[in-house]
Amino acid sequence: MDFTNPGAFEQQIASHRDYLLRFARLQLRNDTWAEDAVSETVLAALARPQAFERRSQLKTWLVGILKHKVIDALRLQGREVSLSPQGDDASADDLLDQALFAPDGHFAEQPADWGNPEQELGSRQFFAVLEACAGKLPAAQGRLFLMREWLELSSEEICKELGLTPTNLYVQLHRARQRLRECLELNWFANPQAL
Amino acid sequence: MKPTYPLKLTCKEAAALMVAREDRALPLADRAALRMHLLICKACPRFERQLLTMRNAMKQWRGYVDGEGER
Repeated sequence: MDFTNPGAFEQQIASHRDYLLRFARLQLRNDTWAEDAVSETVLAALARPQAFERRSQLKTWLVGILKHKVIDALRLQGREVSLSPQGDDASADDLLDQALFAPDGHFAEQPADWGNPEQELGSRQFFAVLEACAGKLPAAQGRLFLMREWLELSSEEICKELGLTPTNLYVQLHRARQRLRECLELNWFANPQAL
Repeated sequence: MKPTYPLKLTCKEAAALMVAREDRALPLADRAALRMHLLICKACPRFERQLLTMRNAMKQWRGYVDGEGER
């Protein structure tokens, strides 16, 4: 990184903007908040170029800042994360359960053999499907799931930030995981050539 | 959902416990019942492997997010 040329640093940061925005959107499910989080990330990076250490990749550094800005946004907007533990979500989950299980509690169909995970996971296309599936989760549920999985917050932290009860959080995460599994099974493992 | 006979889970109950286990520790009785079920069931170990694959996938996804573009 050439610290004697601020213009070049600025340009390099700007080149990652779209990428940062994609992840802020996926996480926050709100374009305005996402734009704000990314703008703040860029400003924070520009304000402290000396904080960027050469040994880490620029993008990794930016993503690190973005994660904090996303958490700030979620904290600030936490009250707007409305959940309906017994609401419309629940009936959709019943449908998912009905598709997966016979009335006697056995699997309606054997879960598919997902093959060689190592090989699958190395593929860029797989992550595109994973991202799309995460994006298809209901907004509030998707946020919670990504707070847990992408921001790596503990259940306690999430509950504290958003004023949720652990039970409520677990119900939402449970549903998110079930949906994600179903989506991956349908769109990748069972039918990869459909892409 | 709470199984009525803790030592005789249906696949649906076992799957629910396995998904729950991703986010919280299960009570001992549930862990024991689940282990029993996994020993006698053909389908559920597959489901368990799928969840493990998902967990690994999320881990690698974070790495992919952080490192993409530098490859």
